Amino acid sequence: MSAVVAEHDAHHDHHEHGPAKGLLRWVITTNHKDIGTLYLLFALTMFFVGGAMAMVIRAELFEPGMQFVNPQFFNSMTTMHALVMVFGAVMPAFVGLANWMIPMMIGAPDMALPRMNNMSFWLLVAGVLLLASTLFMEGGAPASGWTLYPPLVLQTGKALPFAIFSVHLLGISSIMGAINIIATIFNMRAPGMTLMKMPMFVWTWLITAFLLIAIMPVFAGAVTMLLTDKFFNTSFFDAAGGGDPVLYQHIFWFFGHPEVYVMILPTFGVASTIIPVFARKPLFGYSSMVYATASIAFLSFIVWAHHMFTVGMPIAGELYFMYATMLIAIPTGVKVFNWTATMWKGSMTFETPMLFSIAFVVLFTMGGFTGLMMSVAPVDFQYHDTYFIVAHFHYTLVPASVFILMAAGYFWLPKWTGHMYDERIGRLHFWLSVVSVNILFFPQHFLGLAGMPRRIPDYAVQFADWNMISSIGGFIFGASQLLFLYIVIDTIKGGTGEKVTDEVWEDAAKHSLEWTLPSPPPYHSFTTPPTVIPTEHI
Amino acid sequence: MKKTKQLFAGLILMALGLGTAQAEYTLNLMRGVTKVSNDIYDLHMLILWICVFIGIGVFGTMFYSIYHHRKSRGHKAEQFHENTTVEIIWTIIPTLILIGMAIPATKAMIELDDVQESEMSIKVTGHQWKWEYEYLDNGIHFFSSLDEASNKVRQVGSGIDPRSVPHYLLNVDKPLVIPTKKKIRFVFTSADVIHSWWVPDLGWKKDTNPGFINESWTSVDEPGTYRGQCTELCGKDHGFMPIVVIAMNEPDYNAWVEQQKAAIAAEAGSASKQWTNEELIAKGKSVYDTNCSSCHMADGAGLSGTFPAITASKVVTGDINAQVKLMLDGKGMMPAFGKILSPVDFAAVVTYTRNGLGNSVGDSIQPSAIQTLQSATPAAGKNE
Repeated sequence: MSAVVAEHDAHHDHHEHGPAKGLLRWVITTNHKDIGTLYLLFALTMFFVGGAMAMVIRAELFEPGMQFVNPQFFNSMTTMHALVMVFGAVMPAFVGLANWMIPMMIGAPDMALPRMNNMSFWLLVAGVLLLASTLFMEGGAPASGWTLYPPLVLQTGKALPFAIFSVHLLGISSIMGAINIIATIFNMRAPGMTLMKMPMFVWTWLITAFLLIAIMPVFAGAVTMLLTDKFFNTSFFDAAGGGDPVLYQHIFWFFGHPEVYVMILPTFGVASTIIPVFARKPLFGYSSMVYATASIAFLSFIVWAHHMFTVGMPIAGELYFMYATMLIAIPTGVKVFNWTATMWKGSMTFETPMLFSIAFVVLFTMGGFTGLMMSVAPVDFQYHDTYFIVAHFHYTLVPASVFILMAAGYFWLPKWTGHMYDERIGRLHFWLSVVSVNILFFPQHFLGLAGMPRRIPDYAVQFADWNMISSIGGFIFGASQLLFLYIVIDTIKGGTGEKVTDEVWEDAAKHSLEWTLPSPPPYHSFTTPPTVIPTEHI
Repeated sequence: MKKTKQLFAGLILMALGLGTAQAEYTLNLMRGVTKVSNDIYDLHMLILWICVFIGIGVFGTMFYSIYHHRKSRGHKAEQFHENTTVEIIWTIIPTLILIGMAIPATKAMIELDDVQESEMSIKVTGHQWKWEYEYLDNGIHFFSSLDEASNKVRQVGSGIDPRSVPHYLLNVDKPLVIPTKKKIRFVFTSADVIHSWWVPDLGWKKDTNPGFINESWTSVDEPGTYRGQCTELCGKDHGFMPIVVIAMNEPDYNAWVEQQKAAIAAEAGSASKQWTNEELIAKGKSVYDTNCSSCHMADGAGLSGTFPAITASKVVTGDINAQVKLMLDGKGMMPAFGKILSPVDFAAVVTYTRNGLGNSVGDSIQPSAIQTLQSATPAAGKNE
């Protein structure tokens, strides 16, 4: 199915110009593909940095007893692992995908605000480097968990103001990125590309961008109050001065809950893009997908205190947040059912992107199930702050967001580079990852239910066996990701040597505009708007 | 994909099967020993089965499709992409399931929240990194820290096998004792950062917020020892402040209360006696190991940048009254030990720090002198 729109007069007065020469190209670039590449490479680097921290954690937890690090450094590792993975790896990776794909998917030459695009990337780098520098400061990196709860966070050494300023930089970077994406989607769509014809990835990013603009200032406000409490004698969170430490938790999770959806909504978008291509079928229920995404985004603002069931809320609060949280299961269920229905009676093939996407649907659903379990407030009085929670959110982040980022890499690398990746190594990477990620995280459900709290560097001996299994899974998973690094480098350098077509994947051009461009695409994606809008995905 | 499915099936079966077979090796939530904990367990199992049931449906459909609707089997793709009836059905059915879950969940939540008509109250105060228990009805009051055996093993590179210690990291020097078959109300607060008091067998955990009071309750049917841990990250030794609750029959509990009262009287007596330096130093070492070593380190070297050293410290080698004053009132992260230690323990640890850990000032202070200074110090400015 295709909608044909009237061809516009192409303006041929533009002059072709390529990138600047040498290293400077990457510093001053305003090109959406260059910036997308920078974001993606930065995210991949941070994925390995955060991963190395996870390896320290799993090594210490390999056996009961304290073997390698002291408890304070262990707490720094859990804190920094989370901050680096959330703000340094997953979020930038999706911004990188947005930079690369949104202009190509909506038929635009570039992002709407290219200079701001450059600035938002370099602010991200500054923010993450500032955060990383706290590791070397007196008193160590923040060790209060990524939630930075007071009063504990106020006991941080010299690192506190640096960590707070880093959060400000990351926030500014995210907000600028979000504004750019909204401006691009609202202003630069090709004629005929109505909102309800946009690819799902563009839709999910549009909604995510609004989430970001709404929540990042809230987080900035929260950490600024920490700053003034610590250095300027305010008492926002200190009962002795009339404040309330729980107030911080409300503010944090008003940011924090939508924040986790910032990482999952674009994931949904990529899955909805990949599955139809390899099922050779249109996406099932396009409009219900759009509405479900919007519903999830809306609900994310009114459920925050389910992270705080045991903090001592009145019964009305407990019940309200329980009911509201349960509601999220409905639109999320719709999405899972739609993906299943998209596969149903298709003509499926199982290239690496599809394998990762199917694993995403299955394993994300597992994370969704445990999420449903912990939405039930009285039962959460047992689950809260145990390894059951750790298992839950890692299922919704690693084999969900991270797997989908891998899927996106395999799916679009041939388009980006013009080279085909090695399918055999890709599949090996997939199978190693999917098996080891379950060895890593599934036993953590048992640990949590059996009573192991999270964020502890050492544990009672009855938790020893599953911790060792989990650590072994972690080491295999960590090592397997080096294969991905190899594949990325190999593909950039030429891959299998096979010349890829514009479409890359069979009939992909029926689904989305990027497959109508050459592989690799020209420096300025669509210098004239495309005339045929693909509608296979609708 | 099939392999993954088999893995899950195996793991789920293990979770359900082994959970009941081996007590020391639990995979599932524990039933616990109170009515609330049993209701929570039942609710947990109900939702787990709902999830398993939905999972079998969704994953079953997906794997059927993955097996049959593949290109390599020559399946031609159909082009349908919406079906309003189906979409309405799979929106309504989950809604009904959720309502079915919400009803028992609401009942359990209301039950859990109801602290009315309690027969006795215990105040629990979280400290970095120990628990303080205060029986509001009879004045018994003590601190509960990680037991000495676990504490030795858990030092970095101690080289001692944790398996050689009974209840490693889940044992304390002085457990909380409660009577069975009585509704006990707990009130929670904290002296420093947020902690969370969790004993899985009781079915809940509750945060302790500095400056605020939280409440919860329990009523244990069977006598026994129930173990738990702090579950809110509270700093360096968050993993090392366990909770042990011993539930006793009424007569045993009453005997324990009498014993505690006698101990309090004996303690008051020992404060007025004259102690020798050797006695103070010997006692001071164990007080130091329990109360001071987690920050100032067992050898008194401190932690550069965070916790000052005791060895060669200006305060410890300076005026003894200034040191006592600082310890009574606290400073920054250092708690006001005037409210934590008994006069005997206080005098002992002051004497020990001045004559041990590489210091040799040579002087000492008597418990009676501490008592005088304590009463001279105005109560620290905390809202209580």
